[in-house]
Amino acid sequence: MNSKTADRIATVVLVVIAAVIVSILVGLFAYILFNGLRYVSFDFLTSPSSNVRAGGGVRDQLFNSLYILVITMIISLPLGIGGGIFMAEYARPGKVTDIIRSCIEVLSSLPSIVIGMFGLLMFVNLTGWGYTILGGALALTVFNLPVLVRVSEDAIRTVPRELKEGSLALGITHWHTIKTVILPSAFPSILTGAILASGRVFGEAAALLFTAGLSTPRLNYLDWNPFSDRSPLNIFRPAETLAVHIWSVNTQGLIPDIEQVSNGASAVLILAVLIFNLLARWIGTLIHKKITATK
Amino acid sequence: MNTLTTTILDVKNLEFFYGEKRAVNGISMQMEKNSITALIGPSGCGKSTFLRTVNRMNDLIPGARAEGEILYEGINLLSDDINVVALRKEIGMVFQKPNPFPKSIYDNITHALKYNRIRRKAELDQIVEESLTKAALWEEVKDRLHKSALSLSGGQQQRLCIARTIAMKPTVMLLDEPSSALDPISNAKVEELILDLKNDYTIIIVTHNMSQASRISDKTAFFFSGDLIEYDVTEKIFTAPSNQKTEEYISGRFG
Repeated sequence: MNSKTADRIATVVLVVIAAVIVSILVGLFAYILFNGLRYVSFDFLTSPSSNVRAGGGVRDQLFNSLYILVITMIISLPLGIGGGIFMAEYARPGKVTDIIRSCIEVLSSLPSIVIGMFGLLMFVNLTGWGYTILGGALALTVFNLPVLVRVSEDAIRTVPRELKEGSLALGITHWHTIKTVILPSAFPSILTGAILASGRVFGEAAALLFTAGLSTPRLNYLDWNPFSDRSPLNIFRPAETLAVHIWSVNTQGLIPDIEQVSNGASAVLILAVLIFNLLARWIGTLIHKKITATK
Repeated sequence: MNTLTTTILDVKNLEFFYGEKRAVNGISMQMEKNSITALIGPSGCGKSTFLRTVNRMNDLIPGARAEGEILYEGINLLSDDINVVALRKEIGMVFQKPNPFPKSIYDNITHALKYNRIRRKAELDQIVEESLTKAALWEEVKDRLHKSALSLSGGQQQRLCIARTIAMKPTVMLLDEPSSALDPISNAKVEELILDLKNDYTIIIVTHNMSQASRISDKTAFFFSGDLIEYDVTEKIFTAPSNQKTEEYISGRFG
């Protein structure tokens, strides 16, 4: 076999693999939407779920998913980016840094159910909060942090050294250089990492079962006082997310329309992730254009 | 050379180590105010290391250390008590590869000014125009100050890097092969600019380009494997060098 044929075969094989991957994705997506979208209606999105009767919606679950995502990101983004900055810019190569790096790697390979159990011990029992949004968000932070640290570190390391030197040579401190030159250049990659992490948060069920719980109190969306029991903004209330709802309806649901609800909820979940991704990317691009002055 | 010139940098027995490896072996030389000193020599001879020791850029390299003294207006720059941030404001640096920040042309100049608490729009505007004019770039970019600096050509980018250094009003400028990555026309412009800058600044330039060194510098130092072989008036170095090695190098027999 000459090299030309080998090249041709390799090309064909790679194209086939790519096609398989794309068709699996598209197939999955189409299947979920096809089966789910017909149950998604305005009513489905705006009514609370029901425990026994048919016709319940996913209003609270959808809100909970988004709200837990926001709280998780508020906690984990500063920590993750801070960790990344430390690992890339301040940590001196040596034993301590190596230990930190292996800890991060071990942490990132922990099964989410284990993180859920850890969360149950730490954020539910030890703190005495019970099932709360904050507990869920903290468990998801543990789950997300390794990825965010890793992504931020890599993003910062790929910023050209010349840029950093250029800023330092102008008599600017290391920290100010990080803030004004390095982070803006690393921003697109960090954003991609944050979006991937949010996708994991949206879809995560196991880590939330024992931390944010399987129930949601009756919410009053007009009550914006974050300390009131029925306020959706209260971070010390239990909150069932969409992913958890899909799981619980399927495993222990008593409602007659299990299939409709779980298919509909799956479609909503997928669309929510998709819309969130597109929005985040769009806003990210706008911000990046603004800093780099490119049109 | 007349005897009235004042010494601005006085290097005394400077040695530099990367870990165990010695890259600069006990160099002593003096640079005069408002002069251009060219550092020449083959790759790896220690000239860039020397240059980066002056503004302490080598501090970034783990395990690197310098011994000896570099006196700037009587103060030893290598001392531990030196505030490197303040030092780098006095002694600016331009690198081999143009490295504008991925921001607008305007922001590239104001980047360091804003850090130094200059916030007034009128003042910023004025410094931007002044430094771009001095860097002979103002006419070319005045209508697109808020466009990305990366949209400029390589030569313009390098002049922008010189402009942002000028904006800090340094006294000494270190140029590390500033035009080696540029095309001949941009190169000529940058050279012309360097000659202009001599009136206001003391310039030390590392270059691989012999004709460039002979065209623009007042004094030339020839480095070879970490030693300062010869340091003299440029004309003498290029017409009647006293050292055999220097003569071989400038006539292109090695390096």
